[in-house]
Amino acid sequence: MSDHRRGERKYWLDEPRNVNKLVYGLYVICALFALADLFPYKHHLHFGFEYWPGFSSIYGFVSCVALVLAAAQLRKILMRDEDYYDGG
Amino acid sequence: MTAVDLLPPGAILILGGLLVPLLPRRFKPWAGVVLPVLGFMHLLALDRGLVQTLVVFGYELTPVRVDGLSLVFGYVFFIAAILGGIYGLGVRDNVQLVAALTYVGSAIGGIFAGDLITLFIYWELTAVTSVFLVWAGRTKRSARAGMRYLVIQVGSGVILLAGVIFHFVDTGSLDFDKLIGGDGLLGSASIGVLLIFIAFGMKCAFPLLHNWLQDAYPESTATGTVYLSIFTTKMAVYALARGFPGTGALIIIGAIMTAFPIFFAVIENDLRRVLTFSLNNQLGFMVVGIGIGTELAINGTVAYAFANIIFEGLLFMAMGAVLLRTGTCLGSELGGLYKTMPWTAGLCIVGAASISAFPFLSGFVTKPLILDETASGHHVVVYLMLLFASAGVFHHSGIKIPYFAFFAHDSGKRVKEAPPYMLFAMGVMAIMCIGIGVFPEVLYRVLPYPMEYHPYTTTHVITQYQLLLFSALAFVFLQKTGLYPPELRSVNLDFDWTYRRALPTVIGWAVSVGRVVTAAIMVPIRGLVHRTSLLVYRLHGPEGVFARTWTTGSIAFWAVVVLCGYLLYFFAR
Repeated sequence: MSDHRRGERKYWLDEPRNVNKLVYGLYVICALFALADLFPYKHHLHFGFEYWPGFSSIYGFVSCVALVLAAAQLRKILMRDEDYYDGG
Repeated sequence: MTAVDLLPPGAILILGGLLVPLLPRRFKPWAGVVLPVLGFMHLLALDRGLVQTLVVFGYELTPVRVDGLSLVFGYVFFIAAILGGIYGLGVRDNVQLVAALTYVGSAIGGIFAGDLITLFIYWELTAVTSVFLVWAGRTKRSARAGMRYLVIQVGSGVILLAGVIFHFVDTGSLDFDKLIGGDGLLGSASIGVLLIFIAFGMKCAFPLLHNWLQDAYPESTATGTVYLSIFTTKMAVYALARGFPGTGALIIIGAIMTAFPIFFAVIENDLRRVLTFSLNNQLGFMVVGIGIGTELAINGTVAYAFANIIFEGLLFMAMGAVLLRTGTCLGSELGGLYKTMPWTAGLCIVGAASISAFPFLSGFVTKPLILDETASGHHVVVYLMLLFASAGVFHHSGIKIPYFAFFAHDSGKRVKEAPPYMLFAMGVMAIMCIGIGVFPEVLYRVLPYPMEYHPYTTTHVITQYQLLLFSALAFVFLQKTGLYPPELRSVNLDFDWTYRRALPTVIGWAVSVGRVVTAAIMVPIRGLVHRTSLLVYRLHGPEGVFARTWTTGSIAFWAVVVLCGYLLYFFAR
């Protein structure tokens, strides 16, 4: 957010401090939802592993990290120049 | 039977659409709104259970069949068509307007087709009408992508027709009902049914049959892509739900569909192409539901198709607005647009949150029907794949789309907000996303099978928030550590590489090898031909013996000589 023009209105998100506020907010909310697993609120789930504390949280996090890291590797094989097909 | 019943649903759009070029320029785009409204009113006037038959050349056809399954798709197709029309009020282009209306009309006709021949006709009509929406992009790329698209779409129709003929010869029936046997195995299905299955699979973008979708759709115009994203693939979902509920293979096919496109979505730069990968992934959920095939699972599929048409349409609309205003949809060129397009950004976020199935939005009350039934069927691996894909959807559609378009690195672009009619269409879609999320019973009531379902349990809400929030956390983590692959101007190879590069290259080799071989063989042959032709020329050419003009006397003389020779030969024997 560095290159905004002179004299232009400054937006709330232009301030890195505010972006950090959002990120910390996310950390707090994540922590709260993860802590919910300390209580036995889960009912009528289908598989035993779904009752493990933290299952959904960890599965969500690991899935996404794995997805992105795998996709980044995939890029090494699949990425071509923008006009790859146009040249041929 | 009244006059209203005689008109197939969709006919108003097809016939009316063809007349659009005759309208004054100013009124043309309004046809895109008025005709679907009329069509919708017509549909509402039809009785549930209406079956209209027609005997053609001794074959009994059913051009119209109105039942629970077709009605839901009919409703949502018309709603989407009306909103698409409003979104496209700025379009004055005859090609786009006629193509859009006839395309939508054909898709709706296909939904209400009660026999396989009628289905085939509408199936091909959607192909030939929709390709004009791709070509409406009017670039060299869209022309070529459109041609590839047309070949595959028409190919799907040809395979469908072949399947229908085989099926008819086998069974003597043209009815379009459940085609798969009670065991749900493709292995024991007839060749006709298998061909029909492949034809449906092509339009539904099954893995390896999918590539026309990502290839062609993003090359269309802002409005064209919105239409395209809605009808063809959902017509295929309907056809599968009608013909192949409970087909076990669909569970595997669907699970693969949910998972593999999202890897491509992560590294794709064109945001509308990202959405086509996301669309492919969404279709996977529906296909799994059809594969499971219980009443609840089919309800889930239909409900998810309904919800998806709205939120995916909304996302395509938001990206269309970005394309209209900035002239590009490349993530690498965008960013910071929220400053001048706040409404579009906000509405896009509603769509993104809905597709991610955040509680109180439409995805949350529809997708779990499919997930629950998958789990009840004890498909552990598929269930985990669907959970993975759900987290992935949030990652690439829920976060990536709005983040790279409207936030991320400020591109410095300060464009105008989307035009009011676009905002209106997107606004209605956003309201529907929230409305369905908050009052799911309204949607549940129109589903094909009656059911009692309560999506808002404590367990479900909390675990869903955990899954999504920790996916968001993963995004933050990857961004902060620099592991997230940056948006780069690039092309990613996909299965279309086989027919866009590999096949032409192989054919190119074959042709050059062929040339060398032919050249080698041709040398002696040419020599022979040359010598023969010289001989012929010497004898028959202008100076040749046979070309001379002979007097009648000499002809008679030589005739006598030949005859005498013959006589002598005869006696000599």
